Amino acid sequence: MNKSLSLRNVCILRDGIPLIEVDHEVSAGEVLSVMGPSGVGKSTLLAYITGNLHPVFKGMGEVLLNGNDITGLPPHKREIGILFQDDLLFPHMSVGENLAFGIPRGGSRAERRSKIENALCDVGLDGFSDRDPATLSGGQRARVALVRMLLSDPKALLLDEAFSRLDAELRAHVRELVFRVVKERNLPVLMVTHDLEDAKSAGGPIIELESYTKK
Amino acid sequence: MKHLALIAALAAPSIVLATPDPSDWDAVMAEADGQTVYWNAWGGSTTTNDFIAWVGDRVAEDYGVILEHVKLTDTADAVTRVLSERQAGENEDGAIDMIWINGSNFAAMKQADLLFGPFAEQLPNWAVVDSEGKTVQTDFTVPVEGYEAPWAMAQVVFMYDTADMDAQSDMTSILEWSTAHPGRFTYPQPPDFLGTTFLKQALVDLLDDASVLQAEATDENYAEVTAPLWDFLDALTPTLWREGRAYPATGPAQLQLIADGEVDLAISFSPGEATAAIANSQLPDTVRTFVLDRGTIGNASFVAIPYNSGSASGAMVVANFLMSPEAQARAQDPNILGYGTVLNMDALSADERAAFDTLELGVATLSPAELGSVQAEPHPSWMTRIADDWAERYGVGQ
Amino acid sequence: MLRFLPALTLFAMLGPVAAGLWGTVLPAFGHLPAAGLTGPSLDPFRTLLDWAGLASASRLSLSTGLIATSVSLAIVILFVAGWSGTRTFRLLERLLSPLLSVPHAAAAFGLAFLIAPSGWIARLVSPTLTGWDRPPDLLILQDPLGLALIAGLVVKEVPFLLLMTIAALGQAQPRRSLMVAQSLGYGRVTGWLKTVFPRVYDQIRLPVYVVLAYSMSVVDVAMILGPSTPPTLSVQIVKWMGDPDLSMRLTGAAAALLQLALVIFALAFWWGGERAIAWLGRIWIETGHRGQKEAPIRVISLGLGSVSSLAVLLGIAGLAVWSVAGFWSFPNSLPDAITLKNWDRHGPAAFQTFGETFIVAGIAVGLALILVLGCLEAEHRSGRPLSRRGIWLLYLPLLVPQTAFLPGLQTLLLNIGADIGRAPVIFAHLVFVLPYVFLSLGDPWRSWDTRNATVAGALGTTPWGVFWRVRLPMLTRPILTATAVGIAVSVGQYLATLIIGGGRVATLTTEAVALASGGDRRAIGVYGLMQTFAALVPFALALTIPTLLWRNRRGMHE
Repeated sequence: MNKSLSLRNVCILRDGIPLIEVDHEVSAGEVLSVMGPSGVGKSTLLAYITGNLHPVFKGMGEVLLNGNDITGLPPHKREIGILFQDDLLFPHMSVGENLAFGIPRGGSRAERRSKIENALCDVGLDGFSDRDPATLSGGQRARVALVRMLLSDPKALLLDEAFSRLDAELRAHVRELVFRVVKERNLPVLMVTHDLEDAKSAGGPIIELESYTKK
Repeated sequence: MKHLALIAALAAPSIVLATPDPSDWDAVMAEADGQTVYWNAWGGSTTTNDFIAWVGDRVAEDYGVILEHVKLTDTADAVTRVLSERQAGENEDGAIDMIWINGSNFAAMKQADLLFGPFAEQLPNWAVVDSEGKTVQTDFTVPVEGYEAPWAMAQVVFMYDTADMDAQSDMTSILEWSTAHPGRFTYPQPPDFLGTTFLKQALVDLLDDASVLQAEATDENYAEVTAPLWDFLDALTPTLWREGRAYPATGPAQLQLIADGEVDLAISFSPGEATAAIANSQLPDTVRTFVLDRGTIGNASFVAIPYNSGSASGAMVVANFLMSPEAQARAQDPNILGYGTVLNMDALSADERAAFDTLELGVATLSPAELGSVQAEPHPSWMTRIADDWAERYGVGQ
Repeated sequence: MLRFLPALTLFAMLGPVAAGLWGTVLPAFGHLPAAGLTGPSLDPFRTLLDWAGLASASRLSLSTGLIATSVSLAIVILFVAGWSGTRTFRLLERLLSPLLSVPHAAAAFGLAFLIAPSGWIARLVSPTLTGWDRPPDLLILQDPLGLALIAGLVVKEVPFLLLMTIAALGQAQPRRSLMVAQSLGYGRVTGWLKTVFPRVYDQIRLPVYVVLAYSMSVVDVAMILGPSTPPTLSVQIVKWMGDPDLSMRLTGAAAALLQLALVIFALAFWWGGERAIAWLGRIWIETGHRGQKEAPIRVISLGLGSVSSLAVLLGIAGLAVWSVAGFWSFPNSLPDAITLKNWDRHGPAAFQTFGETFIVAGIAVGLALILVLGCLEAEHRSGRPLSRRGIWLLYLPLLVPQTAFLPGLQTLLLNIGADIGRAPVIFAHLVFVLPYVFLSLGDPWRSWDTRNATVAGALGTTPWGVFWRVRLPMLTRPILTATAVGIAVSVGQYLATLIIGGGRVATLTTEAVALASGGDRRAIGVYGLMQTFAALVPFALALTIPTLLWRNRRGMHE
């Protein structure tokens, strides 16, 4: 099976004016960095891929995941994970509940529990299952968010400025963790960022989006 | 008379719905069990509300009738409701099963065939009603003919605070007193029932011969007959509480005014009201009552059943219970209601009579002898016209 | 299903209004087939014009509405201009917020007990200061100018407008504008009025219109505090509508249309006033007046704001004292005796009515929540937010005077033989509950971070799963607040319950107002207090439930 995330002739328009055009394939274990000034529509591209494009925009072209066209699928069927600059842990759930929320249905209660414990253990958060997410440090929360996303067993990963809220030291650490994990899992990754450091450490191809309106 | 005429014009040909048959009392009782009776009764008096709640408890206990008191601000609302229902074709189960009614509202409903009946004289307790001695067969000169059942006798009395004034003998002396003590008297704003009663009482007392009021008012005699009333009111109004620019909404609202010391004199249609109000801390214990030398207007309170009641049996059971010695004795208790009974004491058993005999009169209640002679209610046409004219003259500001 | 909810909501809100207006227009032109009358004819209007009280009643409607609205708005604006951002402001804000939910009728009773010649204020200062050993014969309540009525409206509308203004301030970023203005040498009040007010007013314009329309046509407050010789036009309409003579309904319907016309006229007049003030304001801004000696304005606005809130608080305290009063003679400041007898007498019935009140409110608010949440979710999924026109539609049921469409609605319901009682009352309440629930929930709902939905979707959760498991729990607090607002609105409904319920549905408000005519202050105290509780308790629950529910979730309390 050809593991990859392909964007085929993807073009997003607003009021009939093209905003972004991308035609690229991200292969498994590769991180494609999409860069560009703010407001150029990087997040809009991600919204198109996850199926959450706001109706003021119009998207064309296909999104293929592992060779299957997922362009027409609703967001929850696309199996594409996403991380934002904020951890977006659900504040009404404990750490463990947040993780359980991401695990696909099935399996016994004990199995799901042990999955959660193991996953927390992997990122050095063993015993955090019952904690209130609001009591965690920024770095801990970022790790929980990553684990939650991974537990949902995604086939590809999107990063929306995922590291920009973290301070410099933490940032390098979390970034390293994320890239390591996606390599292990052999996932195609698309990262939008305005930070060259992020793009460089990703080690993959970089494409620069330009503002059409300025042309 | 335009109201009545219109209602008459609207009325469909008389619909005789003698079901359930009141003379088959066992069948009535059987049907009544489990019925809910919506009794639309004026809800402005908390003592009356308490009494109605007690009646509800008792009929539920004895007959399985559930009584709901629909508290009206104006009995005319209930009349409107029944009328609207008939226009809408709701002939089977209207919102109202029983109305506390008398006077013009009764006349209007009877004339328009909006009432169930006749039933009153078939009720078992009719036998103990003093139908000869008390005015329970005519209501404001309109023949009752069994379309409403009496449950209380009322007579106009004046409540006054003995700390501030003496009893008065007639309307002229009330005017003189009010002129000497401005701002100390008022009456409920017509068309409130008690407000119009004050106007009628004034007219009856001011006329040398009030018998002309027993016939329908005519365009020819109306102005002349009522002239003394308007002269009286023109003189009285500037001396009233708030100079007649505001009036209490209802009778009970006057109690608060006396309690606050705002006014010293107020009209009441219930000889026992003052005593009951003193017991409920609503009046100072210096309040007493007086009647005019030439007597005061008296009438009976009735309950009627709309033609489209779905619970007429239940309503008849309640009406019958209201005429029972038990309910009548309680209503007459000055600490409860202080209403006059409609029963004939001679028709009661010794035990039943004892319940009345042991009742104390109450500090502010006049004895039957002191209440003196009862004057008849004028024909409803007088009240309607006088209330309209009052609104024109005093009810819309100057 | 979800797609149809916005249409259904609009129908639930505007259907009864439109139908009711239609049911008013027909009889106003002499068409009431049920009474054997067919139009068109102008007779109802002729009868109306013949009524001697027409001029006074119409003038009262206009003057009470315009004055109450101007005074309320002026107090709020000057207070916000003079004090926003200070500790005093937060203090008064906290004092005023719960007053928002106090039913109009309860506040009016409280005020009446306070300012009547035999009221608490007169008692407190008598006879030492005044020499009164009996209440003075002063026409303070029911005065022909409607001053007591205006006061009763102002004390209730000030909290409403203040909270609306505070909500609007959130979007206007007043602090920066004010800082710039002050650095240019402007006084606090002048600077605020010149830089922040125009933006804020744009946000609160519709609530102000609601206050104007409401003040012009209110019935329960006018019955308690307003004049009776003649009464206001709306009170007279209700009287005509209840007259046994059906032809008076035609007059009532004609008067209802007049009331509607008066409200439209007043709104247009107000709109013109807005233009005039904007024009004058621009000239004022150009003069560069920096505004000196603002201290008196600040003190006065604080004084008026405090008096208005204290009046309601003291009024409710007065209700409480009367509810346990034995005999209480003038000029004693406290009852001669304290007794629980009044609660024994009226408590059981009042508690029963409390139950009925909550059944009606609960179902109406439940329906409103389903519709509003459905609309908001539909809006979220389609990505199309409510347009400006949509917001006008939301406000429409609050702008049409109740007396103009509720009696017409009753006539229609009767004509189609609809069952009377609870169900129609609930739907009538829904008309008024829906807009308030929508307005209360809309902003917090929309400001929710939709990236949460994206994340949950990416984790494999369906849109409905997101709705139930993520969005609703995260918005517990605003949803409960909206519920409390809805319940308070329902509890306070007088005319909708009275007219549509046909007397069979008794809520605390209809019972309390019915008692008003009897003047038994002890009974009114019991019912008024219960009414206040019925509206306040849901707010207290809306505050405490999330605190308890999410006591281990700090992120839910930010």
